[in-house]
Amino acid sequence: MTASVVTANRLGDGAVVYLAPEGRWTGCLDAALVAQDDATEPLMAMAERGLVDRLVVTPYVIAVEDGPDGRLASHIKERIRATGPTVRLDLGKQAAQTGVTESCHVPL
Amino acid sequence: MYRYDEFDHTLVAERVTQFRDQVRRRVAGELTEDEFKPLRLMNGLYLQLHAYMLRVAVPYGVLSAHQMRRLAHVARVYDKGYGHFTTRQNIQYNWPKLEEVPDLLEELAEVEMHAIQTSGNCIRNVTADQFAGVAADEIDDPRVYAEIIRQWSTLHPEFSFLPRKFKIAITGAPNDRAAVKVHDIGLRMIRNEADEPGFEVIVGGGQGRTPMIGHVVRGFLPVPDLLTYLDSVLRVYNQLGRRDNLYKARIKILVHETGVDEFTRLVEEEFAAMTRETPQVLPGGELARIRAYFQPPAYRDLGKAAPTLDLALATDSAFAQWHAASVSAHKQTGYAIVTISLKPIGGIPGDASAAEMEAVADLAETFSFSEIRVTHEQNLVLPDVAKEDLYAVWQGLKEAGLATPNVGLVTDIIACPGLDYCNLANARSIPIAQEISERFADLDRQHDIGELKVKISGCINACGHHHVGHIGILGVDKKGVEHYQITLGGDATETAALGDIVGPAFSGDKVTDAVDTVVAVYLDQRQDGERFLETYRRVGLAPFKEKLYAAR
Ligand code: SF4
Repeated sequence: MTASVVTANRLGDGAVVYLAPEGRWTGCLDAALVAQDDATEPLMAMAERGLVDRLVVTPYVIAVEDGPDGRLASHIKERIRATGPTVRLDLGKQAAQTGVTESCHVPL
Repeated sequence: MYRYDEFDHTLVAERVTQFRDQVRRRVAGELTEDEFKPLRLMNGLYLQLHAYMLRVAVPYGVLSAHQMRRLAHVARVYDKGYGHFTTRQNIQYNWPKLEEVPDLLEELAEVEMHAIQTSGNCIRNVTADQFAGVAADEIDDPRVYAEIIRQWSTLHPEFSFLPRKFKIAITGAPNDRAAVKVHDIGLRMIRNEADEPGFEVIVGGGQGRTPMIGHVVRGFLPVPDLLTYLDSVLRVYNQLGRRDNLYKARIKILVHETGVDEFTRLVEEEFAAMTRETPQVLPGGELARIRAYFQPPAYRDLGKAAPTLDLALATDSAFAQWHAASVSAHKQTGYAIVTISLKPIGGIPGDASAAEMEAVADLAETFSFSEIRVTHEQNLVLPDVAKEDLYAVWQGLKEAGLATPNVGLVTDIIACPGLDYCNLANARSIPIAQEISERFADLDRQHDIGELKVKISGCINACGHHHVGHIGILGVDKKGVEHYQITLGGDATETAALGDIVGPAFSGDKVTDAVDTVVAVYLDQRQDGERFLETYRRVGLAPFKEKLYAAR
């Protein structure tokens, strides 16, 4: 069984966000709305609203799976987007864990 | 160096005002992303994996200390404290916020900087030999012509919507440090039989998906005809270059598909017509006006002897090692050119923190007439250092953590941002560079290996110049897993060559071992004094291939 979420970049600063229930956007993959079995059309329809509301840029669907520590993007590119540059652990979302920058929940 | 005239100031200031309004309209919802994207790209603003990225132009790689300080300030205030120097002699900021970019650009405009011509299907910022104006082997100062080309090409109405981006590189020296044979147009200064300076014009080189070495279309172009000839090449390309297929739109494909002879004929025909109708002959007065900006600084009359330097070289082996790697011959007696490595062992190639930028600006002010250069190999240069000051410069660099003595050696690696930042990437480049750098950290070993250029790209766009690396490494995606294809024997200089693919790609954890194997084969095969490239050219791919795949 495949699982998908919708991701985009926030308009204001390009931060990676995921579509959450009720058309909200979250910076946290764990809080994203998950479509099962490729049923992604309703999610994309909901994501379109983010475009109209000027919240996000270019939403698209990505595959996710369950990892040992929670939900994980399937492709390495999306894993890096979900965390930050692997060569600068002090930057990007991962930095939240070390308390350096923004938290996983990016306010919109 | 060149200073903006009123026209330049107005143009850049107007651009900032326009972009401020475009951003405002985007945020207000008056522009969709589809409408806004080409506008932001025209101002160097990309959207990457984690954030926006702003690419700031450093035309022909020349910076003042004052400008470098401003770049540091921008890194601190608008970004996360650092910037990334690229193979296009530019600087990229990885985390600017959309609504702050107009302010950022305004601060850059104050120091005569901008992000124009860093993106889009226009004539991009011209690149040049980083030793321009100071190299001992130079025929003429290419900065003069680079600046003329900049003025001619900026917002050129006829060439703002070319089939694809267009890159021009120029060198004034026979030793090519500007990779002119792998650009859309490469200009190499030469002298004719009457000893007049002119250009050899090379067209249709390039890297990317279809790498090609450029072809000489004009053996000798007199200086006054420069712009008319460039116009002619661009006109032929603009008219005949393919617009139906992104991958076939560069001029190299046109030259290849048309044939060099026919392409040359078309250009010469256009040139003859333009010369009759609207010649853009460079007037001597204009040439002299631009040349005046590039007058040599007030060099002191130093003579050949440099006792302080000699003593330091004899007594401080760490300094001597740095000197051997970093110092190049200057045309002025008593002076030297210093290359500052931005490749600390295990570091990120081309990255510089705000503090490092300021340290370089300080040293440039004190020791190099306030001038700095950016190299396409992602290093910096202090072009005008008195030999007697070299020891002090080295101490200053050491204090700033910038004295890595590896210029031109195996750990002086070019690496593009790759999958850590770049939206187009297949694989990461930086961690591979870091691992190779750490493997070869031992300085004696590096010096024993000698000149060896490792170049890494995270995808076939080849921003990391892997095709022309002595050892080239290209990231590929094999079913979602990062793999790396290795090429050998590439060369970006006057003896330009594209690397040969050794065989199937290696997984990420095997790349450094593979590089180690290549180096071992070279050391085993090399004859007295041979550089890697010479050995490779003599023995060919076979012995390397054999060792690399023996265990498979
Ligand atoms: S080579 Fe590819 S991965 Fe590297 S910076 Fe260029 S486009 Fe990005």
